[in-house]
Amino acid sequence: MAKVLLAHGGGGSRSAELTRLVFQRFLRDPLLLEMDDAARLPDSGQVFTTDSFVVKPLFFPGGDIGRLAVCGTVNDMAVMGAEPLYLSIGFIIEEGLAIARLQRILASIAVACRQSGARIVCADTKVVERGKADGLFINTSGIGRPVFRKPVVAGRVKPGDAVLINGPIGLHGVSVLTARGEFGLRASIRSDVAPLWGLIRTCRALDVPFMRDPTRGGLAQTLNELVQGREFGVRIHEEELPIPKKVAAVCDLLGFDPLHVANEGKVIMVAARSDAKKALALLRRHPLGRGARRIGEITAADPGRVIMATRAGSERIVMPPAGEILPRIC
Amino acid sequence: MAKTTPLTRMAERLLHLPVPGGAKIMEVCGSHTVAIRRFGVQRLLPAGVKLVSGPGCPVCVTPDLFIDEAVALARQGVIVASFGDMLRVPGSRSSLERERAAGGDIRAVYSPLDALRLAEDSGRETVFLAVGFETTAPAIAVAALLAVEKKLANFSLLTSLRLVPPALKALVSESSGLAGFLLPGHVSAIIGRQAYGFLAASRLPGVIAGFHAEDIISSLGLLLEMHNKGIYEIVNNYRRVVRDEGNERSRSVLAEVFTPSDAEWRGLGSIPASGLVLRPAFAALDARQRFTIHADSAPRRKGCRCGDVLRGLIDPPACPLFNRSCRPDHPVGPCMVSSEGSCSAWVTYG
Repeated sequence: MAKVLLAHGGGGSRSAELTRLVFQRFLRDPLLLEMDDAARLPDSGQVFTTDSFVVKPLFFPGGDIGRLAVCGTVNDMAVMGAEPLYLSIGFIIEEGLAIARLQRILASIAVACRQSGARIVCADTKVVERGKADGLFINTSGIGRPVFRKPVVAGRVKPGDAVLINGPIGLHGVSVLTARGEFGLRASIRSDVAPLWGLIRTCRALDVPFMRDPTRGGLAQTLNELVQGREFGVRIHEEELPIPKKVAAVCDLLGFDPLHVANEGKVIMVAARSDAKKALALLRRHPLGRGARRIGEITAADPGRVIMATRAGSERIVMPPAGEILPRIC
Repeated sequence: MAKTTPLTRMAERLLHLPVPGGAKIMEVCGSHTVAIRRFGVQRLLPAGVKLVSGPGCPVCVTPDLFIDEAVALARQGVIVASFGDMLRVPGSRSSLERERAAGGDIRAVYSPLDALRLAEDSGRETVFLAVGFETTAPAIAVAALLAVEKKLANFSLLTSLRLVPPALKALVSESSGLAGFLLPGHVSAIIGRQAYGFLAASRLPGVIAGFHAEDIISSLGLLLEMHNKGIYEIVNNYRRVVRDEGNERSRSVLAEVFTPSDAEWRGLGSIPASGLVLRPAFAALDARQRFTIHADSAPRRKGCRCGDVLRGLIDPPACPLFNRSCRPDHPVGPCMVSSEGSCSAWVTYG
């Protein structure tokens, strides 16, 4: 590996390789090596996370880079079972960005903060020369407080647990893709970008050993990360997967697997068997969870693997995407 | 949770269809290879029936030399526009993905018209990698005609276009033990059912199929029934898209811009009149005439058996590199790179 390729940023196995072979040689804090969406700080018990946003275009149906920057970090804490409390935000602005556009983005940041309950309490701006930042890049970090009654740790997942999702998949990736107009596609698909804490907190009293937001690399990436190196596998059912017709059509056309496409307002929730029905009912009661479905279960068969039962009554393996599926979607 | 649906019933019927003596069926098209494994159709075949992948993945059959030429062009500082799949294909020494990281101006596009627009907007020399079969070639022909009409002096094509029927003819004549063909849906929409007459003459049935689970399962059923009964016909089972006579207009645009020529296929060698090159009237659009290309070629890496996979002689796992040194994130051969390649489909969907 002599140079960084775009594929190293795709969130799939190439990203993992960059992390393992380059980053982890130098950055080896045990909390970092746990590779969770957020670090659990031992002294305060709080969670702490960071994320950067380079989406192109800055505005897309259903959202913009500002909303994405708040939701991304809020959701990384929410899936740790933590209430998002404080955010920091850093802007890298390209010379020439219209103030009106910046204001629209800031307004949408304010709205997303209100919706999520998090407060932005420190901020920074830098301006770089024209041509160096594609308009605007944003970084956010966040601190949250775990409130789930039982620990949300993948080590507690066991065969028989149910795999739930709160609604249709593939919307964000396809929305950004079609907004770019690169492929001559105009599908008017709205991104699902949304802060998930309000939805997730409804399940705080239940036994939920694992949650993750399936962003880059999609459902396939998240489920594979869950089972990798574990004694259990996941079995999902094709007929239960909520894939909107428009998403399926765009994916068909471009040769993408909808399971590899990014989401920004979805949570995969693994609920203990005894709490699965309750969790599903609670999710469905919330506006962001009306389309919630049980899509599969944790199995003892096929440890370390994600298997999909197909509509035709057969099965196949679900692998994480290998390289760059769609660059610059978040 | 296994529900009975019309589709599962259709799948049951296929699974229990007796095929005395078994049969080896080739799915010609890379999109079929992917669909088959995505729906798990290979697990629904009757006893003794085997599916093998054919040469219908454009990236897979493109020879190394072509990538080497594209790499050489990128190093000359021109914009190289290509379908995304080609970017990761390793040539002899480099790939377009690596050239891009090294500063080469390489753009992934989804249509030759995007490449044309790139040439117009940038004003710089732009070469489009014209790779594909009868499906993509008409759009490339249209781009060529538009470039001429707009008098664009900075747009050209590096061609490696291929035709499906000559490759099937070559496969049939080498007595590969095939019992029939699952014929490509989109290619057939252009060339029509009539283009496969030679198959029936060689006592081989074929079914033109779509890409949904229903299409593939019902087409395999039809094909095996014909095989059982000794009927050698070409059936169009994709009527919602394919007309028997094909698409006359697309063919005439093709004929206006391109002319058939002998072409090199990875795995199959040189096949007479199996490629398309620009007609002399369009020579100004030919990147090979416009630039001096010093392709830095080297012999193929040892062990890669893409060629045998493409001829349906071996299944991907029989290749010594499969899923060991050749994986989707580190492909050695093109069948692992292309999302339509059979090696990638075997790894991705199991």
